[in-house]
Amino acid sequence: MTTVKAIINGLPVEVPEGTTILEAAKQVSVKIPALCKHPDLHPTAACGICIVRIKATGRTLRACCTPLEHGMEVITHDPEIVAVRRGIVELMMSKHPNECLTCARNQNCELQTMCADFNIEKSDLDSIVPDLPLDESTKAVSLDPRKCISCGRCIQVCQEMQNVWALCFMERGIETRIAPAGDISLAESPCVKCGQCSAHCPTGAITEYDEAPTVWQKLMDPELHCVVQIAPAVRVAIGEAFGFPVGTNLTGKLYAALRRMGFKAVFDTNFGADLTILEEAHEFVERFAHGKSELPLITSCCPAWVDFMEKYHADMIPHFSTCKSPHEMVGALAKTYYAQQAKIDPQRIFMVSIMPCTAKKFEIQRSEDMRSSGYQDVDVSITTRELARMIKQAGIDLRSIPEEQPDHMLGAYSGAGTIFGTTGGVMEAALRTAYKLVTGANPPRPDFTVTRGLKGVKEGRIEIAGKEVRIAVAHGLGNVESVLERVRAAKQKGETPPWHFIEVMACPGGCVGGGGQPYGATDELRVKRAQGLYQEDTAGLWRCSHDNPYIQKVYADFLGHPLSEKAHHLLHTHYIPRPVYQR
Amino acid sequence: MAATAPADVPAIAKKWKDKRGSLIMALHDLQGRYGYVPRDAALELGKLMGVPLARIYEVTTFYNFFKLEAPGKHIISVCMGTACYLKGAPELVARLSEKLGIKAGETTPDKQFHLQQVRCIGCCGLAPVVTVNEKVLAKVKPAEIVDQVYACAKGA
Repeated sequence: MTTVKAIINGLPVEVPEGTTILEAAKQVSVKIPALCKHPDLHPTAACGICIVRIKATGRTLRACCTPLEHGMEVITHDPEIVAVRRGIVELMMSKHPNECLTCARNQNCELQTMCADFNIEKSDLDSIVPDLPLDESTKAVSLDPRKCISCGRCIQVCQEMQNVWALCFMERGIETRIAPAGDISLAESPCVKCGQCSAHCPTGAITEYDEAPTVWQKLMDPELHCVVQIAPAVRVAIGEAFGFPVGTNLTGKLYAALRRMGFKAVFDTNFGADLTILEEAHEFVERFAHGKSELPLITSCCPAWVDFMEKYHADMIPHFSTCKSPHEMVGALAKTYYAQQAKIDPQRIFMVSIMPCTAKKFEIQRSEDMRSSGYQDVDVSITTRELARMIKQAGIDLRSIPEEQPDHMLGAYSGAGTIFGTTGGVMEAALRTAYKLVTGANPPRPDFTVTRGLKGVKEGRIEIAGKEVRIAVAHGLGNVESVLERVRAAKQKGETPPWHFIEVMACPGGCVGGGGQPYGATDELRVKRAQGLYQEDTAGLWRCSHDNPYIQKVYADFLGHPLSEKAHHLLHTHYIPRPVYQR
Repeated sequence: MAATAPADVPAIAKKWKDKRGSLIMALHDLQGRYGYVPRDAALELGKLMGVPLARIYEVTTFYNFFKLEAPGKHIISVCMGTACYLKGAPELVARLSEKLGIKAGETTPDKQFHLQQVRCIGCCGLAPVVTVNEKVLAKVKPAEIVDQVYACAKGA
C-alpha cells in the first residue's frame, strides 16, 4: 500500500494514498467540522464548513473531498478559517427556523451543536425562513423542509444508498428545497418509509412521525388493556440514548420500564420472530424439498422491502414468503390467543409495537390482513427514538432499574429470534429450523456465519442432508436489484435459480441500522449493535426457534401446526402490485 | 394546446438515449413539442431513457428555461437585463402582474397569458424591452404596457 507523508497543523501524518484531509486529521486528534459529510456517504462538498488552508499556496480547500498529498502542509484551524466557518453557520441559521425548543432534534442536532460550538449569540443577518408546508402524509416519516440545510445527505441516501428516488433537490440557489419529484406528497411518491433519510439528517428536517402522545393517552385510558412488544434491534441500541456503551443489551430493563409506564403485559417481538421462523422454514422446506411453488423464497419481515417490492418488483410476488412480520404475528396472537387465555375482551386490548423502524408505522395498516384478529392487530408502532423519550418523560432511571422478565406466553424467545434484528439473522434462524425439518436433528453447529457481516450482498452454500442450499442475503435497498436481476435472468433462460433462499432488509446492517434507531449510526455502531444480539444468541437457553417451549405451546394449544388454516389466517398475508411511478 | 399524451416521447427518447449527458437536450425537445415539460411525458421519457423522475425534476426546476405547466397562449417576456432593469422593467412587471392577477412565472387561469422575466435579449438600445410571442415592444412606458400587450394579443 502506497502511503503519503504530510503535515497537518505542524504534526507529521502518514496515511494511505487517497485518504482525505478530513480523515487524515483524525490521526493527529484534529476534528475538522462538517455538516454534509457522513461516514456512510461519499463527500459532496455541499456545506463548506470543512475548509482548510494549504500552506504553500494559501488556498482553501474542502477537507471532506480533498485527498492528502505527499509533502502537503495543511492548516485546519486559524482565526480566518474559523471566521469563514462561523459565517457559513450563520447563513444556515438565517434560513433555519428558530424552533429548537420545540424540535424533535433538540439537544440531538448537528446544526444546533455546531451553533453551540461556534457560540453564535446573535446574528446581524435577516431571517428568511422559507414558507414551506410540513409533509406528514406517510404517517411514518415527517418532512419539514423549512429545517433543511441542503446538505444533501437524505438525497444521497434515498437515491443512491436505497435506490428509491423519492426525494430530490428542487429549484436552485436560495430556493433549493428537498421534496418528492414535482408537487406531490411523500405518500404519493415512491417513498418506502424506510426512514434512512431521517437517520442521516443532521437537523430536524426529516424525523419519525411522532406517536408517543397517542401511546400516553391510551395508557391513561382505564377502559383499555395496553400491551407492548419490543423488536430485537431495539434492545441493543436504545442504551445509546442513555449513555450505555454501544451494543449493550437492555432487554430486562426495558421490560421493567414498560411495566412502570403502565403496560399490562410486556411481550417480545423475538417470540414473533421464532414463530415467523416456524412458518417460514416450513414454507421453505415445502418449496425446497417438496417442489411446491417457486424458488427462491424471499423473506418478507421488512415492511420497507415489502413496499419496495410491491412498487417496483411485483413480478417477485410468487417468490415472497407469505409470512407476516414478527410484530404483526404477535399483534394477531395478542388479540386472539392471549385474549382467550387471559380472558380479556380483545376489543379492549391496545397493542403497541416498539420498533427500530419507521416503515412499521405504515405496515400496521398496509392491508386488511393486518386486521386478522378482527381488530387492528397492532394499534400503534413507535420507534426506538420515541421510546427513549417516553422513558425519560416517565422519570425512569434506566441505569439503575432492576431487570424483569417478559410475559412469557408471547415473550419467551430463542437465540434465533433475537438475531432477527441484524442482516443475515432471519436467514440464519431459518436455516437452523429448516435443517431440523429436513434431517430431523438440530444442526451440529447452529452458527451459519456466512450470513453475518456488513457486506452488501452475502452469498453462501449450506449442505442439508447432502443437498446444497444456496442462499443470498442483501441489506440496503440499493443492493437488492442486482440480486433480483440474477433471479430474473435465470428464470428467463429456464435455468435453476442462482439461490434457493434470499433474505432482504431495507436498511444497511438490517434492523440494528433501522431508520427509527438512535441517531448517529455508522458501520462501526451497526457492528457493535449486532454483536449485542449475537452474544444474546449464544448465551440463551435455546438456539433454535423450534426449541422454544412457548412456541411449541402456542401450536399445541391454539394454532395446530405450522401452515395450518388458522396459522394462515392469523400469521400470513398477501401481496399485490402497487405501482406508483417507475422512479 | 398540446395534449399531454406522450405520443412523441419514444422518438425523442430514441434520439438521445445513448448519448452521454443528453437529458437536457431531450427535455429541450420535449418542451419544444409541448411548450412545457408535462409530468407524464417526463415520466415516459425517464422510463425510456433510464432516468429517474426525481433526476428529471432536479434538472427542470434548476434551469429557469424549463416550464412545468402549460404556458398561456400569449407569452409575455419582460427583459430584466441590466439596461432594461435600470430603464424601469420592474415597473412593467408590476403593472402586468396587477392587471393579469398573476406573478412572473405564472399563467392566467384562462390560459391566455403567461408572464415571465427573461435576462438580456440582446437589444439594450431599445430598453426597456418586452416581447409578446414573437413581437418586440421597444422603449415601453409603464402607462402604455397593458394596452400594448392586449393589442398584440388581439393581432395574434
